[in-house]
Amino acid sequence: MIAGGFGAAGRGPRLLSGGGRRATVISTVSTVAVLAVIVAVFALAPGARTVAHAFFYPRDMWQSFVGEPRKGLYSVGAAIWLNIRMFLVAEILILAFALFIALIRQSAHPALFPIRLLATGYVDFFRGVPLILVVFALGLGVPGLYLPVISYQHDVVYGVAALVLSYSAYVSEVYRAGLNSVHRSQVAAARSLGLSQRAALRYVILPQAVRNVIPPLLNDFISLQKDTALVGVLGVIEANQAANIYSSLTFNFSSFTVAAILFLVLTIPLARFTDRLIERDRRRRLAWVAA
Amino acid sequence: MTGETAAEAGGVALEITDLHKSFDGNHVLRGVSLSVATHEVICLIGASGSGKSTLLRCVNLLEPIDGGRISLFGHEITGPGIDANKVRRQIGIVFQSFNLFPHMTVLRNITLAPMKVLGQPRAQAEEEARGLLSRFGLLDKRDDYPDRLSGGQQQRVAIVRALAMRPRIMLLDEVTSALDPELVAEVLEVIGELAAGGMTMLIATHEMGFARETASRVCFLEEGRIIEQAPPGELFTAPQDERTRRFLRRIVEAKRL
Repeated sequence: MIAGGFGAAGRGPRLLSGGGRRATVISTVSTVAVLAVIVAVFALAPGARTVAHAFFYPRDMWQSFVGEPRKGLYSVGAAIWLNIRMFLVAEILILAFALFIALIRQSAHPALFPIRLLATGYVDFFRGVPLILVVFALGLGVPGLYLPVISYQHDVVYGVAALVLSYSAYVSEVYRAGLNSVHRSQVAAARSLGLSQRAALRYVILPQAVRNVIPPLLNDFISLQKDTALVGVLGVIEANQAANIYSSLTFNFSSFTVAAILFLVLTIPLARFTDRLIERDRRRRLAWVAA
Repeated sequence: MTGETAAEAGGVALEITDLHKSFDGNHVLRGVSLSVATHEVICLIGASGSGKSTLLRCVNLLEPIDGGRISLFGHEITGPGIDANKVRRQIGIVFQSFNLFPHMTVLRNITLAPMKVLGQPRAQAEEEARGLLSRFGLLDKRDDYPDRLSGGQQQRVAIVRALAMRPRIMLLDEVTSALDPELVAEVLEVIGELAAGGMTMLIATHEMGFARETASRVCFLEEGRIIEQAPPGELFTAPQDERTRRFLRRIVEAKRL
């Protein structure tokens, strides 16, 4: 997923395509012009030298990237791996848990009413509470309970649990939109062939539902990649926290710039991949209309 | 007339007795009774909203009924504790809007239920599907997705999909109503072939010409009741009930008969 993207950059949907060489020349010129304006505004600002020194100082950028163990400086470049690992684990758990919540909320059986109510309350609660508060609540609160096993986990575990709880609430709503987007007649067709409710869901409804919501799902995961940085508030040395420690010891913010660049390197490929899927979907629909 | 056909076939396929069905206080079926012998082809005619579709959906247990009973090959299917999935295996239904699964190829559309419901191995299910597809001239479409097919092709695939479960009775719910006029014939041809092959069918239709040609009996429905039923030769030429006459007159005026 991470490797897949860069090739697709610039191949997005061209709604207003002008076509050919002329278009390429125009777009190149305008890109250069816009960049020149941005750089000029930055360079001509009264405090440009100070800011450049504080945020873009090459020596500090390199040092924060590789780290300096003797001085107690963590490597931001190494710490980003923790963000990636937290993201991957959280993503898998979210996909499963959110689907579970969505299916409960979509169920119609009267006996499931109390569970449905619980699921609705869960979604309302975790969509309403800022993620950073959930991270604090789990990371500081659960250890204080002195429960066996549960209270003696690494802070990363509480952080990931907070991400899963919070994001599952959002993602379950995405799933629900997907389930609702599949027409009821598909259920009738599946059931009339003798498929059980479970089989109809698994082979007919879910595949269509998920396909319909892949772009919004990926969108949430782009957001999740960045939000792994919030786990840093528990003292976990992920990229943002490593940058924070570096800057507080050296009084230079270039480490944050490094962290920002690393997050961009992660999120942009996923964003381009999402664009490509949306475009492919659009083309398929167009092909169908044309046929 | 019914007696003759039933005696020939030697069995009652479907027995509907005093069927009632309401949607939110709207009384759609008001006591429908109908007996279908095996190998019989019954066409249900009547204006939109007369209850034809609802009747078919009740037989397939897609709608819970409010009163009366339905028996299929001698077994009541509307009582408590009935496994709807087992009942539906014996009944093939085809809908007005095709309802193919858009995320599956034609072949997979057809093999899904035989594999997942009957437990057929893939090779067997695919072989049978290919046989059915070639019988209806659709074999070259087997790897296409439904959105690449014309409406007529989609509806024929939907019929094949139902047939793949080897149903003992087929229910067809206005299967040509959503089609462009030039595509109606290819679908009616398939149904005619099924009728000739002895398939028991209950067909809700607006195609009066087709009903006259194919049906062994035609039932006219109005306001949730069967007003009149007779072989097509009688019903279309000498309708007994005033309401049937009025309906047929409107059809003739619209040049549909």
